[in-house]
Amino acid sequence: MGDPAADASAAWRPRLAPRARLRWDEVEKRYMLVFPEAALMLNETAPEILKLCDGEHTIEGIVDSLVQRFAGIERKTIEEDVTSFVARIRARGLLEG
Amino acid sequence: MVQLHLSGGEPVVRKDLPELIRHAHSRDLYTNLITGGTLLNEEMLRQFRDCGLDHIQLSIQDTDRRTAELVAGIRSYDKKLEIAPLIKKLGLSLTINVVMHRMNIDHVPALITQAAELGAQRLELANTQYHAWAEKNRNALMPTRAQLDQAEAVVFEARPRYQGTMEIAYVKANYYSEHPKPCMGGWARSYMVITPTGEVLPCHAAHVIPGLHFDSVRDQSLTTIWAESKGLNAFRGESWMQEPCKSCPMKTIDFGGCRCQAFMLAGDAAVADPVCSLSPHHDIIQEAIAQAEQGDGRFIYRDSRNSERLSIRPLEPASR
Repeated sequence: MGDPAADASAAWRPRLAPRARLRWDEVEKRYMLVFPEAALMLNETAPEILKLCDGEHTIEGIVDSLVQRFAGIERKTIEEDVTSFVARIRARGLLEG
Repeated sequence: MVQLHLSGGEPVVRKDLPELIRHAHSRDLYTNLITGGTLLNEEMLRQFRDCGLDHIQLSIQDTDRRTAELVAGIRSYDKKLEIAPLIKKLGLSLTINVVMHRMNIDHVPALITQAAELGAQRLELANTQYHAWAEKNRNALMPTRAQLDQAEAVVFEARPRYQGTMEIAYVKANYYSEHPKPCMGGWARSYMVITPTGEVLPCHAAHVIPGLHFDSVRDQSLTTIWAESKGLNAFRGESWMQEPCKSCPMKTIDFGGCRCQAFMLAGDAAVADPVCSLSPHHDIIQEAIAQAEQGDGRFIYRDSRNSERLSIRPLEPASR
């Protein structure tokens, strides 16, 4: 792993850490990211980002995929969303690669 | 329901543990095993992993063998250090748990380094909560304020260095806190404890409070119990509160603190936690802190003779 404090570069291929699990919650009708002693309730786009954190997709690839999926939202906006979300999850040690 | 903690005592002694893990996994629960590690071996770990275990929390007493084994009461130091790399080798994620007290709190720098070397993704440094046996041993366990300040400074300094690789969780020393802790995130708000006999409690310690009735999963569904249990509803929300809690702006944040501690220290589970500086019983806490500064006290170990002598209520119903 590189410098964890550095911004995620476009070529990085993040992978969700084994201790974190993306799960659909039937009660809340939302996705949550579950990890030891905690869970994050996710908005609509976050699960789509996390599903692509598979060690195959680069950050750029994730952005490309979301641009196609969410037509009508500017690429720049999506790029910012992905970068900031990934950085936050990475700082909690929940992304590898 | 999101998470299942298989806790104890020592959960590994249960023969049906693989079955419990498999079932929890099939219901999409994030499953944690909280263990001392001394009864584990590679074969068991592999089996638990294959059943769908997500995470292991391994307790370690100290980096110093002598005090580690003094607190544990058994020779367990080497065994724990053997088991941690096996957990990592099998690809299970690992939290190292350390309960802190006056003899190990000065070793926080070494504990952090050791946890990182053992491959932990998370280190939980939790100050002792003075319930049950810890309460009997309070004078021998409670650190001084200077020790706590030093430990906290070390943790704050270390966190950025391990950011992204190892999370360092720190549970503050309750007696020294300005405000009481929101115990269990509030009585029966987020957590429930199911005992080996099937009783559903709001926390491990709730049996110390007399007169509460808790229901069993042998008789009713968990959903019904969660909503309707008299014991769980006894201190839920705010209607049970009296002053100074009742009109306190902090009441939705700390929920009046710990009910068990209020009962143990002030004799009434419905009063403010004496840790709170606004509590009329706060002098009890100040006195305990003053005693800790004196630093005398010997250990009283948990064994059958001491249990009987002190008649500490076991977790199982007394009729058993």
